[in-house]
Amino acid sequence: MNCVLGPDNILYDTLLFRVIYDFVGQLLPCGLAYVASGFAIMFLLANGVLLGAGGFSWAERRLIGRFHNRVGPNRWGPFGTLQPMADLFKLLFKEDLTPRGADRIVFMIVPVAMVAPVILMMAVVPFAKDTALANLNVGVLYVLAVTSITSIAIFMAGWSSNNLYAMFGASRGVAVLISYEVPVVMSLLGVVLVAGSMSMADVVSAQTVPFLLVQPLAFFVFFAGTSAELNRTPFDLAEAESEIIAGYHIEYSGVKFALIQAAEFGAVLTSSAVMVTLFLSGWSGPASSYLGWAWFLMKIGVLAFVFSWIRATFPRLRIDQLLAFAWKFLLPLSIINLFATALEVYFLRDGAGILEATDLWIMAGINFGVAIGCLLIFGTLIQDKVRPVRPVSGVTIAAPEVF
Amino acid sequence: MPIRTEPMTVNIGPQHPSTHGVFRLRVTFDGEEILEVEPIFGYLHRGTEKLAEERNYTQIVTLTDRLDYVSSMINNQAYCLAVEKLLGVEVPQRAKYLRTLTAELQRVASHLMGIGFFLQDLGTLGTPLMYAFRSRERILDLFEMLCGARITLSYSRPGGVFFDAPDDFWPALDQFLKDFETEYREIEQLILENEIVMIRTRGVSILPLDVAINSSVSGPVLRASGLAWDWRKMDPYDAYDRMEFDVPTATGGDNYDRFWVRIQEIHQSIRIVKQCIEQIEPGVTRADVPLVLRPPVGAEAYGRVEASKGELGFYLVSDGGISPYRMKIRSPSLLNLTVTEHLLVGWKLADMIVTLGSLDINLGEVDR
Repeated sequence: MNCVLGPDNILYDTLLFRVIYDFVGQLLPCGLAYVASGFAIMFLLANGVLLGAGGFSWAERRLIGRFHNRVGPNRWGPFGTLQPMADLFKLLFKEDLTPRGADRIVFMIVPVAMVAPVILMMAVVPFAKDTALANLNVGVLYVLAVTSITSIAIFMAGWSSNNLYAMFGASRGVAVLISYEVPVVMSLLGVVLVAGSMSMADVVSAQTVPFLLVQPLAFFVFFAGTSAELNRTPFDLAEAESEIIAGYHIEYSGVKFALIQAAEFGAVLTSSAVMVTLFLSGWSGPASSYLGWAWFLMKIGVLAFVFSWIRATFPRLRIDQLLAFAWKFLLPLSIINLFATALEVYFLRDGAGILEATDLWIMAGINFGVAIGCLLIFGTLIQDKVRPVRPVSGVTIAAPEVF
Repeated sequence: MPIRTEPMTVNIGPQHPSTHGVFRLRVTFDGEEILEVEPIFGYLHRGTEKLAEERNYTQIVTLTDRLDYVSSMINNQAYCLAVEKLLGVEVPQRAKYLRTLTAELQRVASHLMGIGFFLQDLGTLGTPLMYAFRSRERILDLFEMLCGARITLSYSRPGGVFFDAPDDFWPALDQFLKDFETEYREIEQLILENEIVMIRTRGVSILPLDVAINSSVSGPVLRASGLAWDWRKMDPYDAYDRMEFDVPTATGGDNYDRFWVRIQEIHQSIRIVKQCIEQIEPGVTRADVPLVLRPPVGAEAYGRVEASKGELGFYLVSDGGISPYRMKIRSPSLLNLTVTEHLLVGWKLADMIVTLGSLDINLGEVDR
């Protein structure tokens, strides 16, 4: 009856899974227990992400309320914390419409296709020491692969809705996602080079100095690219409210809309989680052996706050400017970062290929110089490109012409 | 093999968050680019001009409230000027100052809305809009003290204004002017030099001066194209001949300039308000006119003001009865809208929304 997980198993590193497996293994046969505990942990993960999405939707609405000089939702529950529940139940009881002429099956799959990558992404992120659901040795690649599913989901939504606004949103969304995938991947290569591994757990343990300091340029590119992929305000072309109303999800209502919204809010959290893991040294911090999860959540909170802050502040870019920003600004920056990092790693690593903390500090120093220089040079270049040269107008006093 | 593409025709509106009312644009797109535009309006037609023929001269004031419903104070003023010309009534000084003061406050409120929604169209999540509304609410509070209403004011009446300002109005106005300085500086700091606002609006949808003049465009839209055309300066009505103010003009005629001119006009309006407070003297606020007015047979009059959107005029013809034989409204929003096709063709969908925002139309006035 005592089922034991071999150390070669992919889930061996997951403390949570082993605990559940040991418990369930006393009641069920081993094979069944393996599946059951797998489902249990997936249940936890999916609900955790969706609950987090609900919580974040409340937090962001409160925050943006403060940015707007108003209160935000505060009626239902303490400080309005039950507002996501109220919204959810409202949406559950709404009529679930499918537009005439829609491709029903594709239309129906979209909400699931939107939510799935968000939840899947969390599978490789370590919340605390040894707590990733699966410690994949290609974790970074997995994250990148899973996030690109979203572009397919967006295009499915736009195509199946039989609506021109949705089509606009979908074509914009796909253009943005494909363009921003490239600099995001390139920026992460720098991180992988320094860490020497694609496993998320190894990336965290390699961060004796947070990679935010070692790879500032990569962080900038990744942050900008991620907020473009998340459809957040300076880059929210795919669902630009003032232009194409809701973009690709214009025809969705009821529970499907709720799922798409949950996916959007959840994506912010999971992207923040990935960013925390890759750049902000994940769960590590003082007393991280038992407070790792607290550090992790706190760092996610900080990043999510920055996302909300940006969302409340900036106007939206136009599609050509957005693509130019990706291809002419972020991509060169990420390539420069990759080359600089490769050279530094080549010269600084010792015989075993290990980078010491002092090496990382040296890299941080060099890379900060590179980052500031590149941002200044490329910022000026792109500014000259996109900003029409014209003198600022002045006040003139009217010469009264009486008719 | 070249990919086959075809233009697509999209209805923007009548139900759309950025058309500022029930307004429809039938647009043909090539991808994101605009090939053809056809503005279609009339969804908000209420027959104001016809209704005016059924009401007496005092009652029509309430109809003018509902034209440009974000600047009803100026509409009332324009109508009352026309009626006073028709009757040959001299308005008391205090009423003139009160009208000037309230008209300028209303212009600030209207421009704040214009700026706020312009930035909303640019894609901000409502932060500048909320900042603008914070100040606008204060102005509406002041109007509530004056006449009990906030939007549909009917404060100007033929022969003067309805009430004198209550005693607590003046300290409240001073407090507002003091607070508005910092509040408005916050808005300016947030958006005026914002890089994204710049690249999205500068050089976009340029309106050349000759096109603007030929299309009878007026107001901030015309002034942004380079002509200092302002009826407050050229044909001063009420107390404007005693006010010192500049007419901000810009040379580019693009979206940014139209937005910038509104920003600067708010400064000038505040200047006028301050001068009104200094110069106003006690006295009666309404000339001795009867409730039911009967202008002479065949009398005609045109009263015009520089409204927040441009030249607003009321043309009245009397047949000697208690209601006008004909009332014609020259609404600035409608005429400013005539340049849409020139402004939009060749630009992208996102620019179209911003350009509509920069024209600052009001559908209540377009459709009448």
